[in-house]
Amino acid sequence: MTTQTSTVTPILQGKDLVKTFGRVVGLDGVNIELYPGEVLAVVGDNGAGKSTLIKCFSGAHVPDSGEMFVNGEKVVFHSTHEAREGGVETVFQTLAVAPALDIASNLYLGREVRKPGFMGTIFRTLDKKAMREQSAAQLRNLGISTLQNITQAVETLSGGQRQAVAVARCAAFGSKVIILDEPTAALGVNESARVLKMIQDLRDRGLSIILISHNMPQVFEVADRIHVARLGKRAAVVTPQSHSMNDVVAIMTGAMTVPVEEQQLAPVR
Amino acid sequence: MSSPSTGTVDLAEEFMGRRSTMQRIQGALHKYPWLSPLIVLAVAVVIFYLLNSRFLLPQNLSFITQQTVIVGTLAIAQTLVILTAGIDLSIGAIMIFSQMLMANLAVSTTASNVLPIAGQNPYLAIGLGILGGMAAGALNGFLIVRFNLPPFIVTLGTLSIWTALTLIFFKARTIQGPEIPDQLKWLGSTFKIGEFQLLYGVILMLIMYAIFGYILRNTAWGLHIYAVGDDPNASELSGISTKRVIFSVYLVAGLIIGIAGWITIGRVGSASPNVDPLLNLDTITAVVIGGTSLFGGRGTLIGTLIGAFIITVVENGLSLAGLDQAYRVLAVGILVILAVAVDQWIRKAKA
Repeated sequence: MTTQTSTVTPILQGKDLVKTFGRVVGLDGVNIELYPGEVLAVVGDNGAGKSTLIKCFSGAHVPDSGEMFVNGEKVVFHSTHEAREGGVETVFQTLAVAPALDIASNLYLGREVRKPGFMGTIFRTLDKKAMREQSAAQLRNLGISTLQNITQAVETLSGGQRQAVAVARCAAFGSKVIILDEPTAALGVNESARVLKMIQDLRDRGLSIILISHNMPQVFEVADRIHVARLGKRAAVVTPQSHSMNDVVAIMTGAMTVPVEEQQLAPVR
Repeated sequence: MSSPSTGTVDLAEEFMGRRSTMQRIQGALHKYPWLSPLIVLAVAVVIFYLLNSRFLLPQNLSFITQQTVIVGTLAIAQTLVILTAGIDLSIGAIMIFSQMLMANLAVSTTASNVLPIAGQNPYLAIGLGILGGMAAGALNGFLIVRFNLPPFIVTLGTLSIWTALTLIFFKARTIQGPEIPDQLKWLGSTFKIGEFQLLYGVILMLIMYAIFGYILRNTAWGLHIYAVGDDPNASELSGISTKRVIFSVYLVAGLIIGIAGWITIGRVGSASPNVDPLLNLDTITAVVIGGTSLFGGRGTLIGTLIGAFIITVVENGLSLAGLDQAYRVLAVGILVILAVAVDQWIRKAKA
């Protein structure tokens, strides 16, 4: 256990974030650090501020006070678009895919590629061929091989395949940070296992990942560190090695507190 | 997510191969939404030909295209709006306003026009009339986007507003053909291809179908229209400004409606505030029969064109068969309900 602050710059950091909705306090001065190449799980009871925290980073909410940093640089995200430009991609629980559109269109939704030359500049023609080829390559990279037909409508895919499309969209654009909000909540056992495998693959490729989950066994399987949220604050940061699942649940509910010197605030990888 | 194991693929393919004929039809209709209206159109043409062989004479077919041109053009605007899961009830009212504006601007000052700004260059009048349509479309879009009002209610309101404003501004007066400069009526003149007599307005309509078909299929804006109608939340989270897309759709709809106003002056030969009050419903009918979903995000422009032709073919064919006008209304009514029922069924398909 290290107690001193790390010399590594967090790839994503929130300092004293506060967000209130009328009289409801969503975030009450949260600190969070995500280090390069790690999976940081964010767990907490309902209303602990997980979603609000993630929505601040993804640009869906603007915090009332506090600061956010990407790679040490202060950022302000007013929209999901700005967050993506800043290198933070979020896979929302609802997946944010358009079901009637095909896989390639979904991967490039909101940042379509136009044809080179005057067809693209004057007639604004989309380069569908290039988008399809690159989508196929991207899905192959992620090991999603049964999605052979890139022109398939997303609504014809299974839940796990849709999740893969949503994740592929995030990973496709060279982002630094991917936030996954309950990626396995709607999935069966096998599909969940594949999503967890994909999370580990993405980390091995150097991406930094925040994983929001209710599922303790899954969190303990893939997380490097676990950020426990409680009542709009950070209750503790622990590791799967330092604490048990029961400990984490106890921290979530306030039955247990962890002294700062026993927390894992520095990167482990 | 998928494992590379071949077992699942084989199972899936086996499952796909065992689809019943019904499921296959469902899948095909799901993939090609214009297929069902095309079948309906083909069946209608065959039936009406058997009832009366004059139906397929070139003169009659030419007449059908002429009868389709107004609803057909307006239905482009309606398709764009419905693809965003909206609806535009004010299309007819805006079109009438737009054509009355054009005609009143263009008539010579010696005629008993009611506007002090009359006697303009005909081309300027056409341009300003189309701009009037765009302004009306922009008002719809602004109210929907800025105040989050349902399109149904907004356009129901603007339907009354533009109908009333047309009567107030232009004193409910019909401007007769001879008073109107030829440039405004040009789209109503015909030319011959073999035995067929076509309107320039029909050609303009087909060009507009081609242009907007291209835009919907091949530009980001077109794709975003589908995405916004399909799932507005997902679109917003994907970084699409849904409000901007929706506003622009109503604005462009206004442009199309304005052009339709110009076509209408040519087709009718005069500018009258008393145009068919069923115009709005006919455009919606054309879109729905054409396989576009009222829930948004699904449909094609070519389907709408077929849908517009179905309405005219049914009307024309039934009258050639010696049946009363009321049967045409009856038939179209049944078709609309069938189209929506088929749409519901198709949406359940796993293509």
